[in-house]
Amino acid sequence: MSSVVAKAGLEIRNVGKLFTQPGKGDFRALDDVSLFIKPNEFFTLLGPSGCGKTTLLRMIAGFEYPTEGEIRLNGDEISDLPPYQRPINTVFQNYALFPHLTVDQNIAFGLEMLRRPKGEIDKTVDEMLRLVKMTEMRGRKTSQISGGQQQRVALARALAPHPKVLLLDEPLSALDLKLRKEMQIELKRLQHETGITFVFVTHDQEEALTMSDRIAVMSAGKVLQVGSPRDIYDHPANRFVANFIGETNFLTGTVLSAAPGRADIKLGTGAVIAAGVPDGMTPAGEVTVVVRPEHAVITDPETAAVKGTVDTVVYFGTDTHYHLKLDSGAPFTVRQQNRRGREVHLAAGQPVGIDIPGGVAQVLRD
Amino acid sequence: MAGRGTDVRRQPGFGLIAGLCLTILYAPILVLVIFAFNANSIVSIWTGVSLDWFAKALDNEGFHQAATNTMIVSITATIIATMAATAAALGTTRVRSWRGQSAAYMTISLPLMVPEIITAVATLSFFALVASVFGINLGLGNLIVAHTVFCIPFAYMPIRARLEDMDLTLDHAAADLYATPWMTFRRVTLPLLAPGIVSGAALAFIVSFDDFTISQLVAGPGQQTLPVFIWSMTRRPMTPELNAMCAILLGISILFISFSALIGQRRR
Repeated sequence: MSSVVAKAGLEIRNVGKLFTQPGKGDFRALDDVSLFIKPNEFFTLLGPSGCGKTTLLRMIAGFEYPTEGEIRLNGDEISDLPPYQRPINTVFQNYALFPHLTVDQNIAFGLEMLRRPKGEIDKTVDEMLRLVKMTEMRGRKTSQISGGQQQRVALARALAPHPKVLLLDEPLSALDLKLRKEMQIELKRLQHETGITFVFVTHDQEEALTMSDRIAVMSAGKVLQVGSPRDIYDHPANRFVANFIGETNFLTGTVLSAAPGRADIKLGTGAVIAAGVPDGMTPAGEVTVVVRPEHAVITDPETAAVKGTVDTVVYFGTDTHYHLKLDSGAPFTVRQQNRRGREVHLAAGQPVGIDIPGGVAQVLRD
Repeated sequence: MAGRGTDVRRQPGFGLIAGLCLTILYAPILVLVIFAFNANSIVSIWTGVSLDWFAKALDNEGFHQAATNTMIVSITATIIATMAATAAALGTTRVRSWRGQSAAYMTISLPLMVPEIITAVATLSFFALVASVFGINLGLGNLIVAHTVFCIPFAYMPIRARLEDMDLTLDHAAADLYATPWMTFRRVTLPLLAPGIVSGAALAFIVSFDDFTISQLVAGPGQQTLPVFIWSMTRRPMTPELNAMCAILLGISILFISFSALIGQRRR
């Protein structure tokens, strides 16, 4: 039964995009993508370059049209509307500020095109300048301000018309690390203060984890998993997601017994560990389990079930990564926090034991 | 330090060659202008400084007529050619790539490579045909049409170059901010394209202003342009009046180029 009441939010329904290139064959950029983005959500499209995340963003903005499926905003179909008729604004990767206009003229542009009254435009521009802390720079040409400032003007320009949805196309990729961290906090603050839905595109998994309410992991035109950062990190649905988000150890084993949500797995080394199982899956036979490096603990080789030797030790300041080689030959990484007085001093070639506490291992769907 | 050794200006003989080239380029023009101030009526004999020949040139009825024709033809042709070239440049860059695109580009710029005398003869034959078949003769309009046509590729080049340099995402940004295609063109594309249009127009004007071959063949009686008129003067006994006319022509060209360069600079 379909609901009569329009669903508030941005709905991507079975959207596909087939690029037909004369002489080069067809290229499927998006394949049956369905997503529902709630109002006031910070939603991230995450994936490697070429996964279709930017194509999807351009479709929501109106620069590309889907070849299949539809896009609905608060219940209204918008797939066929030109960009200038969609209450959606974009922060472009290269900012795309108008070089012939000053900072405040850039911010006023959208409002002028919407033919808002002069008094309202001035008021909103002032407000936006304050919001992004650029009031002193308002009269400057965009070529006379720094990259970080251009970024903030691009944000203010896109927020000024108060769109229903703000699209951000890897807006932080051109900034240096320190500025990027600042802008991440800034973006969260702006999203909170304006109450606008943010759709953020990035290939940086750390950025996605720290900023998003929910993440859609994409690869080769498909959405592989949608969930909260914690969901995606702790319960990756498949090998690609596990590998793309953070560092992971992959182990193979055979299922001894399975109950809903959990299973006992016998690893190649003979050790038996308890692992989580994704919803609706009944694992059997040969499976792959993942263990995050920070969840495993190095212990005494005499008593541990999983054994190996130290290959290399990499010191990171806050923590240390121990790259190990299991007795089965598989590589395994353990990350341990460097707490004062509790450092473990290990040398290459030294035998170690690995403790994998119950529940930290996760069975993969494929 | 590496720059010092490889700097072309430090190579032996650089000064000599540069001086020679500049002399060959500019000495004849300099001599021409200097002798415009000659008091003697024979060009090659210098007797003293005088502005008489300038007065005489400016008083010459034929010179007036030719100057008026040149201005009417050049300005009209420049305006029409620049508008056509702008449209052509937009049509060849701001569209989805299509099969005939490079062919269209070639077609527009090919007239630059065709020997001018061929264009001139072809234009002349064309107007003769139009006149004999349809009985249409536009008078000075013929000259305007001819100039407009050969000015288009000259105006097209800098406008297209500017358009290709321009970031297409700016157009997208405007559309994203609720600008209709027309408003995007008026508020973003056109202002950013302006320097290209100015240099295109300047180039078209200069090319039209000093065109000789085509004007010589196409111009009817009383339709002489300045270059054609000056050429006809060389067939009579030469006086410094000719030098004065050339100096005036040169002055206008320099003035115009400086003006357009200034506009180009201020836009930046």
